[in-house]
Amino acid sequence: MSQDIYVVIEHLRGQVADISYTMLAAARELSRATSGKVIAVLLGHNAKNLARDFAADQVLYLDHASLAEFTSDAYQKALAELISKDQPRAVLFGNTSIGADVASVLSMRLGLPLVNSCRSFTSEAKFISQICGGKIMAEGELPSPTALVTMVPGGYQPDQGKSVESPPVTESAVPALEALRVTLSKYIEPESADVDISKEPLLIAVGRGIQNKDNIELADALAQAIGGVVCASRPVIDQGWLPTSRLVGKSGKHVKPKIYFAMGISGAPEHVEAITQSDTIIAVNTDPRAPIFNVAKYGVEMDIFELVETLTETVKQAK
Amino acid sequence: MMNIVVLAKLVPDLVEELTIDASGAALDLTFARWIINELFDDHAIEQGILLKERSGGTVTVIAPDLEGADDVLFTAAAKGADRLIKVRSDFSAANNHAVARAFSAIIKGFQPDLILTGVQAHNDLDGSAGPLLAESLGLPYVGYVSGVALADGKFMVKKEYPGGLIAEMEVTLPAVFGIQAAEQPPRYVAVSKVRQAMKTSSIEEMDASDLDLSGAPEIERMFQPEAAAHAEMLEGTPEEVSAKLVALFKELGVL
Repeated sequence: MSQDIYVVIEHLRGQVADISYTMLAAARELSRATSGKVIAVLLGHNAKNLARDFAADQVLYLDHASLAEFTSDAYQKALAELISKDQPRAVLFGNTSIGADVASVLSMRLGLPLVNSCRSFTSEAKFISQICGGKIMAEGELPSPTALVTMVPGGYQPDQGKSVESPPVTESAVPALEALRVTLSKYIEPESADVDISKEPLLIAVGRGIQNKDNIELADALAQAIGGVVCASRPVIDQGWLPTSRLVGKSGKHVKPKIYFAMGISGAPEHVEAITQSDTIIAVNTDPRAPIFNVAKYGVEMDIFELVETLTETVKQAK
Repeated sequence: MMNIVVLAKLVPDLVEELTIDASGAALDLTFARWIINELFDDHAIEQGILLKERSGGTVTVIAPDLEGADDVLFTAAAKGADRLIKVRSDFSAANNHAVARAFSAIIKGFQPDLILTGVQAHNDLDGSAGPLLAESLGLPYVGYVSGVALADGKFMVKKEYPGGLIAEMEVTLPAVFGIQAAEQPPRYVAVSKVRQAMKTSSIEEMDASDLDLSGAPEIERMFQPEAAAHAEMLEGTPEEVSAKLVALFKELGVL
């Protein structure tokens, strides 16, 4: 039993994900409250050098050929053993395609409590989780004995989790990783796109409020008039109304345009995390309480269909 | 013949205004409208039916007995689900650990080859149901899945990572997958077809064992986030708002 905070580092193909640094920053805050150390847990194969900029007191490095790239079964086995042996005060995972495949399973396997979607910790070691599409926050004591926590971005800056000094790295034992039920067969590269929305200066974004495929034309017309590119949130892409290359959000692209013009997008956290680097966000939505208005600089409370054609005409005349 | 089970979760509709109850530590669900966890579980049902159409088999859809469950189940039947099950217990106050344990006890009896559910739900305070269910059943789990195929006695699944990268994972049977998106958008069924399904199919009811809520954190308080800032609202008729927006576009140098 220790007061240390473990952070399970996420990386893919030699690239450490931003959420790892966000979690190191969160762990630092939490470790002050528990008077423990920040320990980065790195699973990989010949990957020790990934740890060089971690803002951690120590790195536990687990090396195994089956840990070279993420697979749920191998990560679960390796971490189950480590956590039961060390019994840290908390283990932080990303609420991501990697962390979410592991944390819940370990909670059930080890009988340890799990806090999901945590955004930040208070100075009294309380967690604050973000639920209901960002509309509700839930606060509570960090559960005992070891709290498993999945973290969402937004509460800490990734830069706070980086250090110019490399932390000490200790190799840690890896259990036998045999008879794995999940193995990586290959990576499939993203489909090539006609445009790279992460580089476009003016984005016309549509969400669920666009209602059907035909209405995408309205957004297209506005984009053409103003010289921008149409992109979308997850519900629109899942319907097949726009290609995946136009997806803005947690599982799509992060964007940083001069103007992000959001039409009929409520602003779920998975979308918002990908647009906060925009210079100016302008949002049109019928719901005055839509979370998008909390990140937008300018807002319009209006049905997009009442506005979009008039706006397109006004833009054309102004040119 | 693949035996496919889909767990369809119901969640409070976020379109309704959310209020916090008198305890200050939970949502007031007295007037909640329960709907299918639509972004994900709808896709899980679709993926199950696509697999059945492609490889043969049966699709069982199982849902907690909350208001709205019948609608979800009959809609699934209209889309092609073969068996509908409603699990009785007081699920309105249950957490995902409890749901996973209760459903695993029932699903185990079906001896499924494949279990699908949505990758997440907006009220997952104690983890998502898929991996919790998988571990309760002792089965492998892969989440953020956007494609499932059966080949040479194994599943090949497409797992999504940020930026559009996809990992193809090989998984032994039986397995549990958390669906991010089906290979095709969920099919639309006309209300008339759902009505027809209500006449031709039936819902089996089963009782859950006592709910074991352990594994979830205790919530001391809930609150609505205070926005650090709020958008400056542009008001007026569509013409007036358009003129203001165009002025703004010019000011920001894009027009």
